[in-house]
Amino acid sequence: MNAIPQIEVRELTVGYGDHVVQRDLNFAVNRGEIFVVMGGNGCGKTTLMRALVGLQPPLAGRVLFAGEDFWGAAEEDRRRLQRRLGILFQGGALWSSLTLAENVALPLAEHTALSAAQIDEIVAFKLALVGLAGFGDFYPAELSGGMKKRAGLARAMALDPEILVIDEPSSGLDPLTARRLDELIVELRDSLGTTVVVVTHDLASILAIGDNSVYLDADTHTMIATGHPQEALRNGAPQVRHFLTRGNAA
Amino acid sequence: MSDAWQLDLRSDDDTLTVVLAGSWRMAGRLPGSDTVATRLAAGVRRVRFDATALTDWDTGLPSFLAGVLKACAARGIAVDSAGLPAGTQQLLTLARAVPAQDLSGRGGRPAGICTQVGMAVLDFVRGVPAMLAFLGEIVQACGRLAAGRARFRARDLWLEIEEVGPRALPIVSVISFLVGLILAYLGADQLKLVGAQIFIADLVAIGMVREIGALMTGIIIAGRTGAAFAAQLGTMQVNEEIDAYRTLGISAIDFLVLPRMLALMVMVPLLTLYAGFIGMAAGLLVAYAIFDIGFFEYYTETLRALELKHFLVGLSKGSVYGAMIAFAGCLRGMQCGRSAAAVGHAATSAVVTAILLITIAASVLTIVYYQLGI
Repeated sequence: MNAIPQIEVRELTVGYGDHVVQRDLNFAVNRGEIFVVMGGNGCGKTTLMRALVGLQPPLAGRVLFAGEDFWGAAEEDRRRLQRRLGILFQGGALWSSLTLAENVALPLAEHTALSAAQIDEIVAFKLALVGLAGFGDFYPAELSGGMKKRAGLARAMALDPEILVIDEPSSGLDPLTARRLDELIVELRDSLGTTVVVVTHDLASILAIGDNSVYLDADTHTMIATGHPQEALRNGAPQVRHFLTRGNAA
Repeated sequence: MSDAWQLDLRSDDDTLTVVLAGSWRMAGRLPGSDTVATRLAAGVRRVRFDATALTDWDTGLPSFLAGVLKACAARGIAVDSAGLPAGTQQLLTLARAVPAQDLSGRGGRPAGICTQVGMAVLDFVRGVPAMLAFLGEIVQACGRLAAGRARFRARDLWLEIEEVGPRALPIVSVISFLVGLILAYLGADQLKLVGAQIFIADLVAIGMVREIGALMTGIIIAGRTGAAFAAQLGTMQVNEEIDAYRTLGISAIDFLVLPRMLALMVMVPLLTLYAGFIGMAAGLLVAYAIFDIGFFEYYTETLRALELKHFLVGLSKGSVYGAMIAFAGCLRGMQCGRSAAAVGHAATSAVVTAILLITIAASVLTIVYYQLGI
């Protein structure tokens, strides 16, 4: 398909001040792929995600979106590149003072020239896509955890981003709800061709939806390229198999 | 981007063909589904789609189509969606997978002004029992404290005392200095008429020590600390920390409210005393520099005017105001809802409640002390 990967990470080092969390990260995410960043607690998954989506500058290295360097770009270009991203935060991060419909409508109102009626139609459709039709007037505080996640997904999808970055999709969800969310992610990818980066430690989810993956190792502070998770489960590096089998690998 | 969207509606017997062409992206000011819906009235039985000339689309297209399908369903018109791109059909199916919830009765029209006023009054009246219950819990906790059975960490009390007292000194200094200044000017201007300017000293000393020192300190601390208490406890409520105390059988009142209450009841009187002295210093400055009253003259007049009872009145008021602020801040914090907006509301409400309580208490105490001749 496309020769230039949608996201490319080169020699990236992330951390806080003098404290390096992960170093020498190199990987590429192709268009339409579901890419999984996996690893145990505290291995730096979320730190890497923050560097990917432009929330926290890396200590060294580059992040390229379709060949364009993100952190080396001017402020304005960075904002333009950031608009290609839709982000679903761990807790949903819905704006608590706005209703669900307002949460989804805000990015549309800010970044498109659509009329209010048209925005209403798109918002209703997006909420229906995530199974929340009719919940537009609810405030986030009135929703369950799973509904908040799905509403967050609707907001992340509001502008039809090319890349969807999802932090811990299944945290706080029961296995069935988590699975439905996974299926939803796959369906959205299939029908819209969205590239998806999922940061997670949920094994069921990793093995079910991942096309490609990296494993961030907390001990060595660097990554292990693992390819397709199912493949990694069979023939991956020992640490990765240890992780993917919940420590039961021979 | 390529060419803009095009929409063509072809009627043919009882079939309406929706011809979609060009680029249907949200960036391109898409039409609303009502453009199609208005054409459905006149004897249309079937709707089909022709998307052969469609170059490019995003979710703006299925959003539009979902509206069209809904309008068709409402009129019982058959829809043949075979002409649509596969991805669009898939998304439309996904959107229909979970039927819309009937949540009627929500988000209705905003109530009229009379209704809103009535609701606000009822809310206030309904809030009174909760307030009294909270007061009762605090009194019980004070009883436990007196009996030596209240459980909180001494370290919390000292931290609160530091936060409430020493850290408020700069703002209390500035405000009481300026208030003392204003009082001296105001008094001097009037007293000049009867040639009794030396009584500036009496006015400033008694005014600051008895009334204004405590009132200003109370209002400053209400804004500074009352709001902080409400925000802290409110955030703890959001994080379920208060529920965690409850489930572990630890009284949140003992653990969180008592130290804050004690800290304010101790520190507000001390700040009041301090405010009184700063105010008197400002009065001295004005009298000496502007109205040519001698330094020692002012000093002896101040000493003559002040009695112990004035200090006791100021200190007792400070203590009462401190209790009011802690009560309002903790009450609103504990009543906080579970969202960021609720925390802001709790902080605002705490300051308003505290200032209201302080003003009521100030009036009541002034009248009582006057009647008692103190």
